[in-house]
Amino acid sequence: MTITVPSSILQSAERAFPFGPPVLELESISLRFGGVQALTNISFNVLEHEVRAIIGPNGAGKSSMLNVINGIYVPQEGSITVAGERLSEMTPTHAAHLGIARTFQNIALFRGMSVLDNIMAGRILRTHATFLEVALQLPRARREETENRAVVEEIIEFLEIEHIRKTPVSRLPYGLQKRVELGRALAAEPKILLLDEPMAGMNIEEKQDMCRFILDVNDHYGTTVVLIEHDMGVVMDISDRVVVLDYGKKIGDGTPDEVRSNQDVIDAYLGVAH
Amino acid sequence: MPDIWFFIEVLVGGLLSGIMYSLVALGFVLIYKASSVFNFAQGAMVFFAVLTFVGVMELGLPFWAALPVAIGVMVLVGMATERFVLRPLVSQSEDTLLMATIGLSFVIEGVAQLAWGVDVRNLDLGIRDEPINWVMDKTGMLISQLDITAGIVASVMVASLALLFSRTKVGRGLRAVADDHTAALSIGIPLKHIWMLVWATAGVVALVAGMLWGARSGVQFALVWVALKALPVLIIGGFTSVPGVIVAGLLVGASEKVVEVYIGPKFGGGVEVWFPYVLAVLFLLVRPEGLFGEKIIRRV
Repeated sequence: MTITVPSSILQSAERAFPFGPPVLELESISLRFGGVQALTNISFNVLEHEVRAIIGPNGAGKSSMLNVINGIYVPQEGSITVAGERLSEMTPTHAAHLGIARTFQNIALFRGMSVLDNIMAGRILRTHATFLEVALQLPRARREETENRAVVEEIIEFLEIEHIRKTPVSRLPYGLQKRVELGRALAAEPKILLLDEPMAGMNIEEKQDMCRFILDVNDHYGTTVVLIEHDMGVVMDISDRVVVLDYGKKIGDGTPDEVRSNQDVIDAYLGVAH
Repeated sequence: MPDIWFFIEVLVGGLLSGIMYSLVALGFVLIYKASSVFNFAQGAMVFFAVLTFVGVMELGLPFWAALPVAIGVMVLVGMATERFVLRPLVSQSEDTLLMATIGLSFVIEGVAQLAWGVDVRNLDLGIRDEPINWVMDKTGMLISQLDITAGIVASVMVASLALLFSRTKVGRGLRAVADDHTAALSIGIPLKHIWMLVWATAGVVALVAGMLWGARSGVQFALVWVALKALPVLIIGGFTSVPGVIVAGLLVGASEKVVEVYIGPKFGGGVEVWFPYVLAVLFLLVRPEGLFGEKIIRRV
């Protein structure tokens, strides 16, 4: 199934944030799990303020790729360069400190907490007050709390989830949980936002909403977005450039139009006579 | 002495021992939240901690020097436990983790006795276990100085831990870790630091609990069973709730004393030994998640 995104929410020709230099560069990444070769020699880059998609059939290695960027998996070969800083090994904590936030394919929210607390949790790296400062309610602790609340309220308004602010997330329908997860990632004010299948399992309306939020985030905050998506139609409509993976190898890279006319990509998606 | 003063005396005595139950139970809750395991070795840690403290004092160190040494040792024990016992078992089933902590309890008990011997020792904190005079003169109530001091120390400890693990950055981190490891990592919470911190804290809590109890009843192997007193507190308060175990500790402490004094004689005494467990069973029947625990909802 493909959906079309109404042209009104597509990016206009002139961008608020024109592309900058590469903010994320992956060089010759190879990842193995025992005897399984998940990724083979993959290189691509992501420009500042770009919406970059990673697509591919099931099992192509898309989520592995995202997990490498985020430091959950450590590749056997290759290097990651974030904003000019070359790293031989990334950890999730380091990634968060570098301004990389993410969402998960199978929603990973703090199920015992309310929507507000979940999004507040995303502010954790923006909080510096120590135990004593909080205990004595010293100025920094109070100021941070106010700042954090202000940012979180802005995100809640932006994602149009004011009405469920206090609801425990486990009670929310799937589409809204995905939105809260996006909110938590945004609360960190990330430079790079990784979205693992943000529209998986959604109905058409929810997908359109999500597309709008992703483009708005990119447009308002200039956030660089790297997203994995199954739905070709959506990907082609909202991304600036697309990487195509198949069986852990890169088979295509370019603008949506270039990728669409790439014979390898067509073969991978539609199958090919052997 | 009017009946009401006598009742208050019983109640205060109960609440004071109750806050000490809360303290021990808090050690369990922190670890349960961070590592999702019922730390069977908590009792052994209490025993080991106070034995180390007394042992160091016997080597000739004064109180104020022995205390930081014992704290240091317990921080190391807690961190080593996390690093070498729990971390290699990460993402194993809760049963596996529980078995590991049972094994750990034997190791700690053994090491404690190997290092410091098996004699029962006295721990003199310099506070006498005698009634406070002016309270006795005014009201006729017998309230021990030691109990009051222990109650105050435990309250301060419980209050600061409750604050540390609720309102601060560490507290938010801990709540996040308790809920979802992957998500916690993704927002930049250093999982390993949180684990280490919690285990180190559990070690220090064990030391304080051991000292308070050891001063009253001697430093001996029976301190291991102090942890069993925490079990009904945990069931009533909820395994994951810091405020829950504080309230439950006070509830257990107060109710067991009141029941012992007023109803005990009908059963020939000794009611306080089993009453908390009966209370816990009643809670399991009526409110299995505890007073403030997370409600368990299963969807079919």
